[in-house]
Order: sequence, then C-alpha cells, then structure tokens
Amino acid sequence: MDKPFAITLDVGSSLANHTGSWRTSRPLYVDSLPPCNNACPAGENIQGWLFHAEAGDYEAAWRVLVQDNPLPAVMGRICYHPCETSCNRGQFDSAVGINSVERFLGDEAIKQGWKFAVPDKASGKKVLIVGAGPSGLSTAYHLVRLGHQVVIFDAGPLAGGMMRFGIPKYRLPRDVLDAEIKRILDMGVMLKLNTRVDNILDTMKSGGFDAAFLAVGAHIGKRAHIPAGSAAKVLDAVGVLHSMEGEEKPMLGRRVVVYGGGNTAIDVARTAKRLGATESIIVYRRTREKMPAHDFEVEEALQEGILIKWLSTIKQVSDEGALTIEKMVLDDKGFPQPTGEFETLESDSLVLALGQDVDLSLLNGVPGLEIKDGIVQVMPNMMTGHPGIFAGGDMVPSERTVTVGVGHGKKAARNIDAWLRGGEYAAAPKHELAAYEKLNPWYYSDAPKIMRPMLEVVRRQSTFDEVQGGLDETSAQFEARRCMSCGNCFECDNCYGVCPDNAVIKLGPGKRFEFNYDYCKGCGICVSECPCGAIKMVPEDV
Amino acid sequence: MPFQPVKFYQTGTFTVGNRLLALEQRSVQANMQRTNSLNSGHRACQGCGEALGARYAIDAAMRASNKQLIAANATGCLEVFSTPYPETSWQIPWIHSLFGNTAAVATGIAAALRVKGRREVRVIAQGGDGGTTDIGFGCLSGMFERNDDVLYICYDNEAYMNTGVQRSSATPPAARTATTMPVGPEPGNVFGQGKNVAQIAMAHNIPYVATATVADLHDLEYKVNRAMGMHGARYIHIFVPCPLGWGAASNDTIRLARLARETGLFAVYEAEHGEVTSVSKIRKRVPVEDYLKLQRRFAHLFGKTPALETIARIQAMADKNIRKFGLLEQGGQ
Repeated sequence: MDKPFAITLDVGSSLANHTGSWRTSRPLYVDSLPPCNNACPAGENIQGWLFHAEAGDYEAAWRVLVQDNPLPAVMGRICYHPCETSCNRGQFDSAVGINSVERFLGDEAIKQGWKFAVPDKASGKKVLIVGAGPSGLSTAYHLVRLGHQVVIFDAGPLAGGMMRFGIPKYRLPRDVLDAEIKRILDMGVMLKLNTRVDNILDTMKSGGFDAAFLAVGAHIGKRAHIPAGSAAKVLDAVGVLHSMEGEEKPMLGRRVVVYGGGNTAIDVARTAKRLGATESIIVYRRTREKMPAHDFEVEEALQEGILIKWLSTIKQVSDEGALTIEKMVLDDKGFPQPTGEFETLESDSLVLALGQDVDLSLLNGVPGLEIKDGIVQVMPNMMTGHPGIFAGGDMVPSERTVTVGVGHGKKAARNIDAWLRGGEYAAAPKHELAAYEKLNPWYYSDAPKIMRPMLEVVRRQSTFDEVQGGLDETSAQFEARRCMSCGNCFECDNCYGVCPDNAVIKLGPGKRFEFNYDYCKGCGICVSECPCGAIKMVPEDV
Repeated sequence: MPFQPVKFYQTGTFTVGNRLLALEQRSVQANMQRTNSLNSGHRACQGCGEALGARYAIDAAMRASNKQLIAANATGCLEVFSTPYPETSWQIPWIHSLFGNTAAVATGIAAALRVKGRREVRVIAQGGDGGTTDIGFGCLSGMFERNDDVLYICYDNEAYMNTGVQRSSATPPAARTATTMPVGPEPGNVFGQGKNVAQIAMAHNIPYVATATVADLHDLEYKVNRAMGMHGARYIHIFVPCPLGWGAASNDTIRLARLARETGLFAVYEAEHGEVTSVSKIRKRVPVEDYLKLQRRFAHLFGKTPALETIARIQAMADKNIRKFGLLEQGGQ
C-alpha cells in the first residue's frame, strides 16, 4: 500500500457509476411526419428537400424533391400548395413559402441542366401510357426509374395535357413546361403524338404491352341546356383554352361572359381580358364564399378588372347575344334558388365553364370496368376492374389538379411495378404526425414570409407574360430557412448541449445523435428543448 | 461589444449548435471535442441545472485558457455529487475547499502560480449560492477587494439543496424551503432585502461582473470567454434551476431559467469596473405567474384563494428589474 496519507482506495472516474439505472422513462429519437409532407397530394418529402435548400445545396434539394415529383418548376407555379395551408409555421407567424422555394429549385435545375438518373437494370416489361398530361408523365417517369420500358400515346399535337391546353401561359410559361417534359422524355420514354387510342385492348395486344396506365384527362366541356338563338356565339371553356395553343386565337369579341365558378372560369375570363375584351364578366350562381375557384385566383382576376356577377344564372341567349339573367338567393342549405327577377346582359360571346367530362371511348368493350357518373372507378392500387389496366388523373375520382395527377402517377407506377412482378405494393406505415404542440417554438428566429413579386396590373391586362415572379437565391434560401423541420432532426445540437449528464453522443455532421443509456437519467430536458419535436419519452419496463 | 445574437438561419444562436452558422459562431457545447469537464456518472438529480451550468462554464473556460485551468470548489451540491470518494467526475485539475473559503483557496493557488511564473495557468473558484452569498461571502469580498486574479463563478439555485433545501440569502420571497414553511400570515420566505451578490461585486469596482442563465448558452459562453480574457477579480453569477428544491419537473430546468429571464425576475447583464455595459433584452415578456406556477415551492400562492397580493409583489420585483436594467427593447411590449 503505497498511498498518500488517509487514502485507502484508488482514485476512479465517476464513469464507473451507471446512472442510467435511475431511469423510469427513456428518450428516443423519432422521425415524425411533417404536416406539409402529410398534406402534399404528390407525396413530396418537403421537409427533406428544404433541409438541403437551407444549407444552399440546391442540387441535393432538387434531387430529393424529384424522387416524388418530376415537375418541380411546373408545380412551383401552379400547385395550390396545401402544404402551406397546413404548415406549422402558420401558427407561429406565417407559413413557409414552400411553393416559391420549389419553383426556385425547379428553375435552377433548368438553368443548370440537371438531368434525371436512369437505372441501368431493365425489367424487360413494357408499359403503355395513354395521355401525356401530368399524371401520364409522372407515371412514365416513375416507371422508368423502376426499370420498365414506357411508351406514351397522346391524341394531341404536343405533350402536357391540361398543363398546356388548360392552364394559360401567364400562369405557366411554355418554355418551362417544355423543359420539364423534355427531361422526362430524355430518360428514354417514347412519346407518340397525334396518336389516338380507339381500343385499349387492341393497342396493348398489338404493341406487346404488359400493362397500361390510362390518363386521358377530362377534356369535354359540359354543356348546360340554355335556349340560344341560332346566331348566338356560345363556346365551351376547354375549347377556348385549347385553341389558345393553336395558330388561330379564339375570337371572343369585346364583351365576353363566362358562365361558371371554377378555376377554369377564372382562367377563361382572364384570357379574354388579355385578348382585348373591354369587359370580361363571370356569371356565377352562388357567392364568393361558395366559389370552387381558389380565392387567390379570384383575387388576381378582380385585380385585373374581371367583373363577377354573383348569385346569377343564365336562362336564355338571344341571336344578338343578349343574355337573360335570373337573380338567385341562397337557401338555408346554401343552395341557390330562383327569385323570378330577371335582367339582361349584352355579350358578344358566352363561354361555358361548367366542368368537364371524360372521353371514355377507348374503353369500349373492356370487360370488368366500373364506370360511375362518367368517371372510371379504380381500386386503392389505381387498377381498374380489368387486370393490368390502371388509370389516374382527371378520369378517376379526384380533385382534378395537376398535383393530384402527379401523385397518382407515383402511386400507379409503384403498383404497376408490383403487379408486373407478381406482387402487391405495400406502402411503408406513416409516421406519427408532427403537430405544432410537439415543437418548442422558442428556438425559431422571428422571420416574416417573403412574398413573390407580381407583374403590374396594366401588363397583366394586355399580355400573357407570367403574372407571378420567382424568388432570387437569397430570398429562396431565407424562405427555406424559415422551415421548422417539424418532427425531424436538423442537427441543432440542442440535445447534445442540454443534457446535464453528457448522455447524448454526437455522431458527426449528417449522422445525428445517439443516447448513452448507461448514463441517461431520463430527466427529459432533451425532449422539452428539442425545437422540432424529434425526441419522445417512452416508459421503461420497470 | 456585448454578445450579438444571430437572428436568422432558422434557429440562429438560440440553439446549442446550428449547421448553418460558421464554426466559430457555434458554441463550445456543440463541439464534439468539448472537454466534458464534469463527466457522466455524477450523482446530481435528474435535470440538475447546476451540473449543466458547471459543464457549460468550465468547458468554455477550458477552451478560453487552452486547457490551462485549475478550479477550487466550495462544499455544496456541486462538490458532493461530483466527487464521492474515491470517484471524481471532473476532468480538470480540481480541488475541494471548505464551504466558506473557496475564494481564499483560489487566491492562494493564483499566488502560488504567480510565484512559480506560471502565468498561462488560470484559476477559477466555484460554489453554490450558499457558499457564495452566505458562508463564503467574507473571503469572496476580500478576493474582490484585493483584485486577485481569479474568476469566481456562483451557481445560484436559490437555497441549500444538498443538505435538504434550507433557505439561503439568495432564496426569493415567498418561496417554500425546509426553513421557510408556507404557514402563517406571510407563508414562505420573507420579503426582505435579499442579497444580490452580482450588484455587490459591482460595488467592489472589479474588472468584470456578469449574470447568465443555463437557458442562454451562447450568452453564457460569451461571458466566460470575456472574463477569461481579463485578469484580476471577476465574478459570474449563473442562474441554475433545481428540480428537487423548487419542486419542478426535471424536464423544465431550462424552461424555468428562460422564464426567469423573460419575466424580468432575473436580470441578465454584464458590467466592467462597476458599470453595466450590456443587458440581455427580454424577447417575449411574460407575467411572473408563468414562472411561479411550474414550481411547488410557490404552490401556496395558487391555492383555492390565490395569494394575489403576494403575486403582485413578486410581479413588482420583476417590473422593478425591468425598469432598473432597461430589459425591454425600445418600443417593446
């Protein structure tokens, strides 16, 4: 015993004392589902791609984005962004401008010429896609990534579907659309334009296709029975928007009346204004609150001088184009009821925007199909009643937006892939939702949302220039950094710092953290102080 | 130049680290190579604010001194839970003094180093509020008056926790402790003068005095770093919530420290040679109830008939701090 005075034991480290045995509940790192991802009809991993955009790695951000959505520059313009509606930051100050960051990434990709990777392994299977709209293109993209050969038939002269023939240029410039379509075709997708499919089964047989995905959209304008003089000019909205893409622009005259209350009605009225109409009037049978069109589009239309006659129905059109309009009132249930009060509205042309029907002629003679109200019914895996024929987009029950169409594409491709391999696609179980209550908002900097620049009204009334501008890099990055990364670790080091017991192990950049349960006493400070709610406490088996 | 918070980059400097900030803007605690001066296995309670505050401060001092540091430690929780014979949690040269003489022991170490010509080795003395504001106060005042080259750090958890939660001169009014029971016409600790050692330290005109909390790591590290860049007597008073003594949930430690600052009850500032040079402004002002309600030591204020008058007196203390130190932003709430 060669020890100093009064010392009888060797000195030791407190590491010998495993304080983890005190614990009655333990912290666990979790990845929860951010509300934006949960709300995205295209199933984008928004928090995931914002994470890279925050750090300025835009290519990495874009590559995460396009794992789900091959059309970011398109969607960054025309998506009605339910992600922003559900964004937790909306409860803190205002929602993150996800849509504008998506557009920035999409535009950056076009500018930098980023391409999609193509897998080198081929499955040997061949899939026919009918319709080169958002849903068809998305399916093609995802199927190619899964190793299948894809051929798209489209009846139109150009690809894009409703993105080209339904959405006006001032919302979606065609060079942007062309660039994103080309990038998909460059993956080796064969596109046959001006090729109408009359009988799907024959086409599949003669082409040697193993499966088919139908996405022909809904291009037939609905007609309402309105007694009209033989010389009256009554057009349908889909036709008007379609002809905007041709050589001859539609002749609508100086006083244009649009009948309907959806986004298509707004698009036509704004288009008419740009074509030189002095008065462009929307007639709608209910009120603004009841209008199916998105409110920001109504607002933009009003800014451009579009007039809207609420609570009005058109009863009759005379030869000279005089419209007989009946005033309506809403009943207790919110349905419009006639009042018997009439007025007359002069017009050079009347455009009906009352919804669209699906051209189902290619399905004639296909056994096993179920069609309800003119719409093809599909199973949860997007397959119709006929094995091997899948369908999506506007021709199946849906909200009929580009985003939903793109989402259908991903879902259908995964299920087609599984079906071709003789199996069934099982989606991974969804994580628990990262609700606002799980965050610690103290840690987030106060930072107001950056609004996108808007074209001045005078130019909006006379040209088809894009109305909404994009963000520059600085603003896009600022906006990305407003993301609170709900439910997913963004490596702020808080848990690593705030543990009084050094029981959090930092694994290094990009590798996150681990708990050292030998010493974690289960105090829960890391859970309370995690800004984004990525740690939860679970009881120990005691 | 006071600590300048970075307000953007997602969480700015509110969090311990931030991958979007330059490396030198991140905290010592975010660094994988931090000293962990007070290592795992110590016997502090779950959620101990003092254990956290001590590691924050000493790790920062270790970096500032290039790991040339000796610490003297008064008796108290920090000493008891970190060094039960023959174990130690300290990964630095560390000496235990008596309850009341830490400042004097540190003075002696500093003198010895000076004699030996070891100017690069720095000295810290540390203790709880009992060892600082009560028992060790005479030695501390002497150390200030002589301007000995020591940084004294007080971890203030507002009572003698180690011996069973007895009142100290840092215990706030109305708080229940083992010696100030919530009985009688004025339950809990009295509304006395208290003893504000940071203000008393300033009155000694020493080179540097600062207050900090475990809720604002970047500010705390900045102050330790600033103090270590000076010589002479320096004093840092760190507010460290105690889940056991305050009757608070162990996961609320940092939240309580944050609320103490945001109510105005604990003013965070720094001073040089007796003059305040900067104050940390309140970010989102809250009433004192938000802070008091989380602690059972104040539970008697919120019984069937809330002690509105007592709560108002505590609110008045916060309001006075806010006035005295100018804790609100210009035009703030």
